[in-house]
Amino acid sequence: MKSIFGKSKELEKNIEEYLDIVEEALLIFERDINRYLEGQYDLFEENLDDILTVENNADDILKEIKYKLYTYMLIPEARGDVLNIIESLDNEVDLCKKVLMQFSIEKPEIKDFIVSDFKELTKQSLKSAEQLVRGIRTYFEEISMVNEYVNKVHFYEHEADKLEERIKRKVFSTDHINDLCKKVHIRHFSERLAYFSDLAEEISEILSVASIKRSI
Amino acid sequence: MTSFLFISSGLFLGWSLGANDAANLFGTAVSTKMVKFTTAAVIISIFVTIGAVFGGTGTTETLGALGSVNALAGAFVVALAAGVTVYLMTCYELPVSTTQSIVGAIIGWNLFSGRPTQLDVLYKILGTWVFSPILSALFAIVFFKIAEYIVKNCRIHLFKIDMFTRIGLILVGAFGAYSLGANNIANVMGVFTKTSILASLQIGFITLSNTQVLFLLGGLAISVGVFTYSKRVMSTVGRNIFKISPVASLVVVLSSSVVLFIFASEGLESILLNLGLPTIPLVPVSGSQAVVGAVIGIGLAKGGRNVNYKLLGKIGLGWVLTPLFALIISYIVLFFMQNVFMHQVYF
Repeated sequence: MKSIFGKSKELEKNIEEYLDIVEEALLIFERDINRYLEGQYDLFEENLDDILTVENNADDILKEIKYKLYTYMLIPEARGDVLNIIESLDNEVDLCKKVLMQFSIEKPEIKDFIVSDFKELTKQSLKSAEQLVRGIRTYFEEISMVNEYVNKVHFYEHEADKLEERIKRKVFSTDHINDLCKKVHIRHFSERLAYFSDLAEEISEILSVASIKRSI
Repeated sequence: MTSFLFISSGLFLGWSLGANDAANLFGTAVSTKMVKFTTAAVIISIFVTIGAVFGGTGTTETLGALGSVNALAGAFVVALAAGVTVYLMTCYELPVSTTQSIVGAIIGWNLFSGRPTQLDVLYKILGTWVFSPILSALFAIVFFKIAEYIVKNCRIHLFKIDMFTRIGLILVGAFGAYSLGANNIANVMGVFTKTSILASLQIGFITLSNTQVLFLLGGLAISVGVFTYSKRVMSTVGRNIFKISPVASLVVVLSSSVVLFIFASEGLESILLNLGLPTIPLVPVSGSQAVVGAVIGIGLAKGGRNVNYKLLGKIGLGWVLTPLFALIISYIVLFFMQNVFMHQVYF
């Protein structure tokens, strides 16, 4: 029979661990996408298991958090919101795995003239997700700072949107790619990369509402 | 046996106090699942009884000064009139307080027995009715601002805030139960103290005077009210009356408990006397109205939004209607008790 102090500490640790794993997944994703864009395909394929391991760990911890949140009867007022935020964040980790798998299976042909744009899009889109994770950390510890991070999420999402549009315009107006199928394929991948920031923006809205509800 | 029959009206009043007023202490905590009902009920029962037995004499003296009900049948009617008033007004969803109904019923006895009502005592009591919700609101503003500052600036993890709030709700709830027992036992059993129906009692090292034994019975009646009926009142309090966060509810319970405490504490009175400061009258005040005062205080601390000013009007209405009803019922039933049932209602 654990005391309320022990249960509380345990759950706090689990959530910290989970957020660390999400950040790790984002870092692995950025590393692997850069390898792919730089043409290091062998290295890209060799380390593909990393994201699978991280994703499995994230799922295990998420299950534990869900179980403990409801059986320990902690934070009854906020547990619905906390679970909603954490579960939504899990979509970011899933997305990391799915997009890397798509790159591995579909092998899109990213021409040199758009590689830097793709890199920049990945960077801005992931920055949005990183700011979201930081915002979630402050939700637990320094509620008044949440809005600052939510604003940053919006900013990077907007930047990612602009880059996504830029890539599409470049691809569909260039003579370097003649095949329409390839153009559509690249468009699809640019959209997938930008989706990290779209998702981060959606979750940041949930976070924003939850932080207002937490005001005493 | 007849004596016990006569104090049954007081026990009924105690039961209704346990069912209604005690719910204010743990209403939000229980309905938000921060504290289990059984935990809350056990804490209230223990502390309300301790408060009643060891801290209830101060307010009883004040009620005694208002009207010294000296016959058992008279005391029975006074407590019954107060209980019936509380019951009827609750049925018609009118604001009600045990304190205000017992005062009305005692004045009814004074009128019936031809004894003068001590106006200075009456004014003192009326003053505290107005003053207690205001004081509770002021305490709530101060406590709320402190809690807000701590939550905003001390970087406490959500789970730790939750844990501290739970512990706080239990401690403050226990303090509130003690204060409720000390302050309000006079309403329940105060009128029977002059009738000396019970003997003193020795429990281990503790000797309880006959008045304390009476208060112990009152405390037990309050506990029965808590266990049998307060659960549903708690859910109403938590869900309908004030839908506030657990931290804010902690502030509400603390503020109203401090108010009940300072109007009941003889210890505080003697400290103020020793310091040469003006004392606070020891008067039974309404716990529910102190809670409403504290909720309004929080509303004001948040900038005056969501403050239900109609509640203030309702409280004002309660100050007039409750004693008036209790007075009329008391007077009529005393007449019947004396002339139909042939019991002496005063000496």
